[in-house]
Amino acid sequence: MRICVLVKQVPATDKVKMDEKTGTMIRTEMEAELNPLDMYAVEEAVRVKERLGGNARITVISMGPLMAVDAVKDAISMGCDEGYLLSDKLLAGSDTWATAYALSGAIRYLGGFDLIFCGERATDGETGQVGPSVASWLNIPALTYVSKIERLEERYIRVRRAVEGGYEVVETELPVLLSVVKEINEPRLPNLAGKLRAKEMQIPVLTVDDLNLNRSFVGLEGSPTRVVKIFYPKLSRNGKIISGKNPEEAVDELISFLESKGIL
Amino acid sequence: MIGKEVFKGVWTLGEQRDGEISSVSYELLSWGRELADKLNVELSSVIIGYGLKEKVKELIYRGADKVYVVDHPSLVHFKPDVYSRILEALVKEFSPEIFIASATTMGRTIMPILATRIGTGLTADCTGLDIEPETGLLLQTRPAIGGNVMATIKTPKHKPQMATVRPRSRKPLSKDTSRKGEVIVKEYPEEFYLSKFKILDFVKDETSQTPLQEADIVVAGGKGLKGERNFRLIHELAQLLGGAVGASRSAVDMGWISYPHQVGLSGKTVAPKLYFAIGISGAVQHLAGMSSSETIVAINSDPEANIFKVCDLGIVGDLFEIVPLLIERLREYKEGKKNG
Ligand SMILES: Cc1cc2nc3c(=O)[nH]c(=O)nc-3n(C[C@H](O)[C@H](O)[C@H](O)COP(=O)(O)OP(=O)(O)OC[C@H]3O[C@@H](n4cnc5c(N)ncnc54)[C@H](O)[C@@H]3O)c2cc1C
Ligand SMILES: Cc1cc2nc3c(=O)[nH]c(=O)nc-3n(C[C@H](O)[C@H](O)[C@H](O)COP(=O)(O)OP(=O)(O)OC[C@H]3O[C@@H](n4cnc5c(N)ncnc54)[C@H](O)[C@@H]3O)c2cc1C
Repeated sequence: MRICVLVKQVPATDKVKMDEKTGTMIRTEMEAELNPLDMYAVEEAVRVKERLGGNARITVISMGPLMAVDAVKDAISMGCDEGYLLSDKLLAGSDTWATAYALSGAIRYLGGFDLIFCGERATDGETGQVGPSVASWLNIPALTYVSKIERLEERYIRVRRAVEGGYEVVETELPVLLSVVKEINEPRLPNLAGKLRAKEMQIPVLTVDDLNLNRSFVGLEGSPTRVVKIFYPKLSRNGKIISGKNPEEAVDELISFLESKGIL
Repeated sequence: MIGKEVFKGVWTLGEQRDGEISSVSYELLSWGRELADKLNVELSSVIIGYGLKEKVKELIYRGADKVYVVDHPSLVHFKPDVYSRILEALVKEFSPEIFIASATTMGRTIMPILATRIGTGLTADCTGLDIEPETGLLLQTRPAIGGNVMATIKTPKHKPQMATVRPRSRKPLSKDTSRKGEVIVKEYPEEFYLSKFKILDFVKDETSQTPLQEADIVVAGGKGLKGERNFRLIHELAQLLGGAVGASRSAVDMGWISYPHQVGLSGKTVAPKLYFAIGISGAVQHLAGMSSSETIVAINSDPEANIFKVCDLGIVGDLFEIVPLLIERLREYKEGKKNG
């Protein structure tokens, strides 16, 4: 079975700064990490491979600046077999439509896969759109919000999808793209052998021309959406703080507050 | 889609489950009505399912001028391939300039597939939509990066301009049965309804009566609860208030409650009328999932806790003293109401 995992490198979440003029993120090497939600996708791919008993190969693909090679290596250290980095100045500023187009191009270039895993969303852009869009570019089914793989056979898969109010059991055909949610597994920590293997591995860099991509479909120019303004929300509400009162008084105040808000 | 001249009208995507129209469909019409009025165009709602024909008038009562219904036995459940095939055909036939859906699991699945097929942009999980007066373009505002920034996004050259909208970010318009509108039933050849998906079952999450993201009230507990048994306080309070149970990641990591209840960056985003944070410190990743709640109440023993910066009412104190008392008082309160 040919398995692919799509991973994104994201800024370590609490240190994000934005360039308010260009609407892009200001990042430095130290602040980047593998998207935490992609670890569940990597883990699930590795578990599928373990269940199949070696009869599978996992390829990691990431699109991003050259430093995103670290995200690919993190995934490899958890048990993936090989990795590619899609990196090219022409790709800078791609929105989800253009990102998904480029990633689907890399998937085609590498010969296609039976199972493609991705995370529910990246913790920076947070759209959750790249997975379903990649599936659409490849014209294969997308199983989103997967919380469990119930059965996997050569040409067919049955999963649970976590949806509003419960879960749905769905079957479809392979090849398929799955976006997984956090409850699907508990990602492993890479062991030393895994880390060493990842460190030594060569990660080929693919460019727009390697993949024969249409230049007018990628980068800022190829993106249908445009960030036109960035601003910081004011979180602070300057609410009323009840302090140093006994529990009875505090609860009284709380109840009148809830009444005044029409909640009680 | 570039090149076609006339794209006109605002569309919303209705949702249904088991033949009942979901409330998010009406919330969207509230957004859509405002946009359509600013542009002086028609507002239409599209709904796909089975057994809906009699019910779609409700969409007109709630603000739609037109309803497109596709009704077929094979459409009972959401199937991404069939639904996107139908929506693509509808969009190509009627060319709306704006198409919005709710950022539910369905909306977040179908809209990227559709936008890719059509070749247009899609903005995710918006909390603000407006029309730019000079250009008539849709201004789409959304939180990103864990709620740390807000971005306004435009789709300047492609149509329709597509967006998903955060559920519960608007109230539905009140029902007006005197509103008139047109219902258009669309039919397609049988092969349109063939799907690669088979939906075998739907299992309700037994621990939550009200789906977290649809609840008007969320009572959430954190590490301050100190144990699984104490978490019962949260369940009890939620039940008394008629709300759903939420949790911080720490509480989920401890195994006190299951992941579907997690609120925050790597969990659910909620925006209820009341968010009640108990024994939660208010880490930025937690705030990312609840800071747009209408009213926030917090109980925490640490006066410096970050959650107090974002709350409307904060109580500094021991939750183990306050919450049981509150539960008792709420019981009395309810009894009192019942007995007049
Ligand atoms: C503030 C802000 C707001 C934005 N809003 C929008 C918007 O509304 N619409 C829009 O189209 N674009 C938007 N973008 C651009 C978007 O963030 C980028 O296109 C981004 O590269 C991919 O989207 P994402 O981060 O949302 O990923 P998601 O769609 O959330 O990622 C889901 C999964 O797809 C895979 N994946 C995503 N990106 C990559 C990658 N580069 N390489 C490999 N796998 C990947 C991973 O498995 C990931 O877990 C926004 C950007 C910013 C900075
Ligand atoms: C990438 C990433 C993603 C994350 N995603 C999420 C997410 O989705 N959701 C999330 O919640 N977190 C998330 N986190 C974790 C987050 O950073 C915090 O660690 C977490 O929210 C803390 O949970 P807590 O407030 O329950 O625990 P703590 O921070 O330990 O706070 C416990 C609070 O209880 C109070 N307390 C203790 N005893 C009492 C008492 N007797 N009475 C009253 N108050 C008491 C304490 O004063 C303290 O404020 C994420 C972190 C990262 C790095």
